[in-house]
Amino acid sequence: MSSAIIVGGGIVGCAVALELAQAGVQVTLIERDCLGSGATAAGMGHIVVMDEGEAQLKLTLYGQQLWQTLTAAHPQRHEYHECGTLWVATDAEEWQLVAEKAAVYRQHLIPCEILDAAALYAHEPALRAGLVGGLLVPNDSVVYPPKSAVYLWQQAEKHAAKLVYGEVRSIQANAVQLSDGRQLHADAIVIANGQRCIELLPELPIRAKRGQLVITERYPNLIKHQLVELSYIKNAHASSGDSVAFNLQPRPNGQLLIGSSRQFDRTDRQIDQQLLSTMLRKAIDYVPALADVRCLRTWTGVRAASPDGLPLIGQHPEQAGLWLNVGHEGLGITTALSSARLLADQMLHRPAALDLQPYLPRGLQQEQR
Amino acid sequence: MKQIHISINGTRYQVAEHSNLAAVLMTNAIANRRSVSGEPRMAVCGMGSCGECRVTINQQAHQLACLQQCSEGMEVQCEP
Ligand SMILES: Cc1cc2nc3c(=O)[nH]c(=O)nc-3n(C[C@H](O)[C@H](O)[C@H](O)COP(=O)(O)OP(=O)(O)OC[C@H]3O[C@@H](n4cnc5c(N)ncnc54)[C@H](O)[C@@H]3O)c2cc1C
Ligand code: FES
Repeated sequence: MSSAIIVGGGIVGCAVALELAQAGVQVTLIERDCLGSGATAAGMGHIVVMDEGEAQLKLTLYGQQLWQTLTAAHPQRHEYHECGTLWVATDAEEWQLVAEKAAVYRQHLIPCEILDAAALYAHEPALRAGLVGGLLVPNDSVVYPPKSAVYLWQQAEKHAAKLVYGEVRSIQANAVQLSDGRQLHADAIVIANGQRCIELLPELPIRAKRGQLVITERYPNLIKHQLVELSYIKNAHASSGDSVAFNLQPRPNGQLLIGSSRQFDRTDRQIDQQLLSTMLRKAIDYVPALADVRCLRTWTGVRAASPDGLPLIGQHPEQAGLWLNVGHEGLGITTALSSARLLADQMLHRPAALDLQPYLPRGLQQEQR
Repeated sequence: MKQIHISINGTRYQVAEHSNLAAVLMTNAIANRRSVSGEPRMAVCGMGSCGECRVTINQQAHQLACLQQCSEGMEVQCEP
């Protein structure tokens, strides 16, 4: 394989572009809007090791390690900030989860610290009274994803990668058709256009999961860590309906990013005020001082969710030369670098650092083709 | 016009009651706040839409000075 077309210049497409270009592949990246403008611009940019299953933990941990390497020389170019995650337990049931989570992290040699109530308030005095404790994961961090996407692209460009602005309308064997009539050819095609992958390949098992976020004025030192409720996975990953889960991020400049919410099958940009107030009420419940902050802006973004929550990384089961890196749901910033590496390993027949099986494309609907 | 006292960054100022706070800061050449990169900022629009004039009033951060009238004992904190 000597040339590849990558569809979509979000964080995932840009990461794949760099992986392939670095290996000497002649890369063409196609973007319909501007680099990093999709879910990449809408998300929180929390680089977080998530433990909903072994495969997710390994992919996020590998991703985090690659992020540490990528940002080491110029952390400010990514607004990289190692604030850590503090998982907050509100009751005895969640306190039990702290112990379980800590055991899993320790088993994978991920540093973490169990905090009792006193230690919790010593770390985060703004949390409301009556909480039972938490789990501090100090290596988790945040980045500003659109900046990182552009950074990845700039590195790829140094290895002669080319950027084409245009909208891909359809995929043929070793070619893509753009809406303005242009047709581009390459040995390999990589689909990395986020949730819109289903417009090109309707057989993919990807559903939209919309989220809403709020950004505030600067309140430096109100909180120090990204605060997440311990029932995050339970609340965020219900299989239907609207849901909210407490997730509060301190930006390096002191702004606060307030999340999170999930709505299935919605891709419109209209704010759902009712869901927004539920989300904000929940945030205020955890951090009462939020009731007095000034919010600057609220927006929506669309995650691309697969049925099992893991991305699809590898060759399309029915089309040789067509490769996928989609379905990252709410973790695509964390997993952009690791998934790009694992995809390039497959395309270039290199050994991979992880067992690829759980991530290979699966669950495609045959009847639609 | 009735004179009152307010405090700005810990210093006492005598001003006319109901003076506009942004105007008071401007008259005294006091920057309201700092940009992310540390540049001083003052009121621009004077009508509550640009957000450039934010100050902390009585411990409440990010109040718009251009929409505030001075009142006796008001404590104003700018970003030094
Ligand atoms: C509210 C919210 C919060 C999130 N928080 C986090 C978080 O804290 N941590 C984390 O790790 N992840 C988070 N995520 C998830 C993360 O943002 C996404 O998984 C990730 O950005 C996906 O990147 P992508 O490159 O696959 O897709 P996108 O960023 O959507 O990029 C796809 C690109 O393809 C382009 N494109 C689409 N169709 C075409 C076409 N036909 N032709 C040409 N170009 C096309 C688009 O314009 C876009 O630029 C969050 C997501 C949301 C919505
Ligand atoms: S000067 Fe513009 S909002 Fe006050």
